[in-house]
Amino acid sequence: MIGGVAWSTVGDLLLRHLYLAGVPLLVGLLISLPLGWLATRYRWLAPPMIAGTGLLYTIPSLALFILLPLLLGTRVLDDANVLVAMTLYSVALLTRTVADGLGSVPGATRQAATAMGYGELRRTLVVDLPLAVPVITAGLRVAAVSNVSIVSVAALIGVSQLGQLFTEGFNRNDMGPIVVGIVACVALALVLDAGIALLSRVLTPWLRAGVAR
Amino acid sequence: MISLTWQWLIDPATWTGPGGIIAQSITHLRISVVALVLAALVAVPVGLFIGHTGRGRWLAINLAGAFRAIPSLGVLFVATLLLLPRLSGDLAFELPVVLVLVLLAVPPVLSGTYAGVEAVDPAARDAARGVGMTETQILWQVEFPAALPLLISGLRSAMLQIIATATIAAIVGIGGLGRYLIDGQASRQYEVMAGGAIVVALLALLVDLVMAGVQRIVVSPGLVVAKEH
Repeated sequence: MIGGVAWSTVGDLLLRHLYLAGVPLLVGLLISLPLGWLATRYRWLAPPMIAGTGLLYTIPSLALFILLPLLLGTRVLDDANVLVAMTLYSVALLTRTVADGLGSVPGATRQAATAMGYGELRRTLVVDLPLAVPVITAGLRVAAVSNVSIVSVAALIGVSQLGQLFTEGFNRNDMGPIVVGIVACVALALVLDAGIALLSRVLTPWLRAGVAR
Repeated sequence: MISLTWQWLIDPATWTGPGGIIAQSITHLRISVVALVLAALVAVPVGLFIGHTGRGRWLAINLAGAFRAIPSLGVLFVATLLLLPRLSGDLAFELPVVLVLVLLAVPPVLSGTYAGVEAVDPAARDAARGVGMTETQILWQVEFPAALPLLISGLRSAMLQIIATATIAAIVGIGGLGRYLIDGQASRQYEVMAGGAIVVALLALLVDLVMAGVQRIVVSPGLVVAKEH
């Protein structure tokens, strides 16, 4: 027991929270990669695309959780609402990041790759994308941390995750579960943040080599 | 479901009266604007100081990141449980909420202001010094106007966060458009929840558009031209 909550309960809710915040992050990245690529490849697409995805971010989270059943035909309590909402928020943040990342690749590097006989698709995947990793993972860290925070709001519509500890504690006028929930949320966010930072380091060995010398 | 929501939205009774959408929108806006102004009063001067002197940069850089990890719903409940028994009157419900909203809004405004000042072209700063401007004149006549685009971007993202969190805050008993989302769920009227959600999403969009318009008006046209080149 910690703060009046069983350890196993905290563990279960933590896993649920990771699922609701993490899966949309990965799906959102997979959607944002082609969108961001389109925005860099066809410059005129960038402003409407950035504005459009930015628009998604203006919708308050609780409102989006409640509106999605109307659009998707799901039940209010369905996990799918939270998963789709978090995917939309992830896409809103990451499309811009991917476009910035791909746009940051030096023109000389692209031209060198083309001169070596790389086709556009192969160059994008093998040259541009790896060089964009630092920018993309920086955006991914922001998205991961804010996803963890936003998911807890779903407790208000009855979807269980760490935010449930907030509502339970508040209804019982008991600070214990709320504090446990906050600490677990922050810990989860920090672990995801550190994990992505580490992944970025592993994926970009050339950056370290440059610093070491 | 969609037609029920639509009927609720077009019913004049939904909009008027003390609990109507118009009154709740005004409450929502009032709480949000108060929180944004208070946050700006704290964060803008500190951001300007950090940007101008370069002192305390780690604060501006790390604060925004660290605060993003803190779940606003949890903090809202903690503030309410701690403060509500010690307060009385109409403000008892609103004060803890406004406090949390200010707390959430300070980091984005601070980092926007700081980043804005830091992004000022060093040549412009040198030129100002060269023509004999004092440090105070440089801050207010060169750095502040040049920092406005990023400063207002910081205010905009802070305001979006405030409006979203003020919606959630209906759970602790304050007024505002969040009431429809929370009360509609309690009374199992999905059309009220969905209708309220549509109105609050529109309000957020409208406020962001207005702030984008203000940004256009107050940012010096010279900066926009400089950016395009």
